[in-house]
Amino acid sequence: MSIVVENLTKTYGQQNAVNDISFQVNTGEILGFLGPNGAGKTTTMKIITCFMAPTKGDVRVNNFSIHDNPEEIKKKIGYLPENNPLYYDMNVIDYLEFVGELQGISKAKIQDKIVEMIHVCGLNIEKHKKIGELSKGYRQRVGLAQAMINDPEILILDEPTTGLDPNQIIEIRKLIRHLGKEKTVILSTHILPEVEATCDRILIINEGKIVADGTPETLRKQAQGNEMLRVQFADYGSRDSVISLLQSLDTVLMVDPVLNEDGTFLIQSREGKSSRRSIFQLCVQKNWVMTEMTPIETKLEDIFRELTTN
Amino acid sequence: MNKIWIIAVRELKSFFDSLTAYILIVVFLALSGFFTWISGSDIFFIGQATLQPFFSVAYWTLFFFIPALTMRMLAEENKSGTIELLLTKAVTDWQVILGKFLACLMLIGIALLLTLPYYISVWAMGPIDHGAVWCGYLGLILMSMTYISIGLFASSITSNQIVAFLLSLFIGVFFLIIFNVLSSDFTGTIGEILSYMSLSTHFDSISRGVVDSKDVIFFLSITVFGLTLAETSLSKRNIVD
Repeated sequence: MSIVVENLTKTYGQQNAVNDISFQVNTGEILGFLGPNGAGKTTTMKIITCFMAPTKGDVRVNNFSIHDNPEEIKKKIGYLPENNPLYYDMNVIDYLEFVGELQGISKAKIQDKIVEMIHVCGLNIEKHKKIGELSKGYRQRVGLAQAMINDPEILILDEPTTGLDPNQIIEIRKLIRHLGKEKTVILSTHILPEVEATCDRILIINEGKIVADGTPETLRKQAQGNEMLRVQFADYGSRDSVISLLQSLDTVLMVDPVLNEDGTFLIQSREGKSSRRSIFQLCVQKNWVMTEMTPIETKLEDIFRELTTN
Repeated sequence: MNKIWIIAVRELKSFFDSLTAYILIVVFLALSGFFTWISGSDIFFIGQATLQPFFSVAYWTLFFFIPALTMRMLAEENKSGTIELLLTKAVTDWQVILGKFLACLMLIGIALLLTLPYYISVWAMGPIDHGAVWCGYLGLILMSMTYISIGLFASSITSNQIVAFLLSLFIGVFFLIIFNVLSSDFTGTIGEILSYMSLSTHFDSISRGVVDSKDVIFFLSITVFGLTLAETSLSKRNIVD
């Protein structure tokens, strides 16, 4: 089931929360939605789930438009909103039953579904308690359970792992990955390793615009630029001579000694070149001992920072 | 219809899960019982087998109780954000509004059912005009529908329950008293309009046992109007925010 977002714009007063964004998500894809606070992630999700109408543009879910067939779309979407609002005065089972009925699960199946969700989300011990009495992590699980109860083809999760303990985070990620095989999942998060661990594709938005779109690998390649190496030598002569010798290699663009670490240098290669071989050969030639050579990869954090700060 | 019923049942359960329903019913029965049977101008004072004292008390108590019921209906959902969860389920705004309306009406219905012993007691004491009694109950239900729709509207525009409560009292008091008082100050068309807008005009004639379609239309049209405003205010998130 595909989601097509077309020229979506949402204006609050003077401010554009979402500014003319378009993208498409296909079945079996897990899309990670990244962006600093106030970038427009939540607004976009609220529009896709038919909670809010956009100022301009359209979202089509399996060729149903949010303007014309919100009912059809809402049936197919499981949604976990940002702050996980729940009826605190209801107990877990009643609440799941209520949501299941609203989503049109037949009376015959609903009990099985509730049992399944309680099992999947690890709610067994707490199932008779009122939601208001649960800890934050358990409430989050109830939020996930209600989103998934009717086995929706699309899952939209706004920060699904907040408030969970590390074991639970890993379980939920596993669950999302598992679900993502046959469903379409959009999840937003601030936790960057989470995106790498769960998502097939990353969409970074900033100030209401898409600034990056691609798999974690392609994004990293785009941002990588020149090769960076961290190299450490032992038994070398003077630091200055090492620098000037390295600098004279024709693949090397720049050499920086690392502060407070003797014999450690950061070496940047020229565009499209690699200096690993020539550095090694230089060591052999000069009888230096190389104790470390590490390529420095651009982390997702760096990409994120670069794209979202001005 | 099914969705409306699901929402109504949940709301009704939550009235009974909290103390709201019990307090409302007990206080309602206590107040109306007191004024019907014990206070100075009660049934024994009138010396007729009539439920008229009960209807004129209920006319006032419902005016205060209904806003207390409706105030949390949407205001609380707006505040806690559960409205987002509710409206992103496969329901329409209308189903949400009507479900909540139905829940309030059912609770009022339960409270009124519990006053049937009054009816039976009075009946046992003397010849009672059955038509007038049933019309009185019909009048109370129609009036409750009006107040509930006003209360739902007030609750839909704010996330503060106190504001919702006061606002629905404020709107209600126009229909309850102010139009009536003003209508005597004006003559001609304005006076007639104000008199028509006054709730008491219509309630009095119904509770006397005269069901006129004009009165029923009055109550129903205000109800529909209030619910439409509530629905509009709920869906305004789609336009501005």
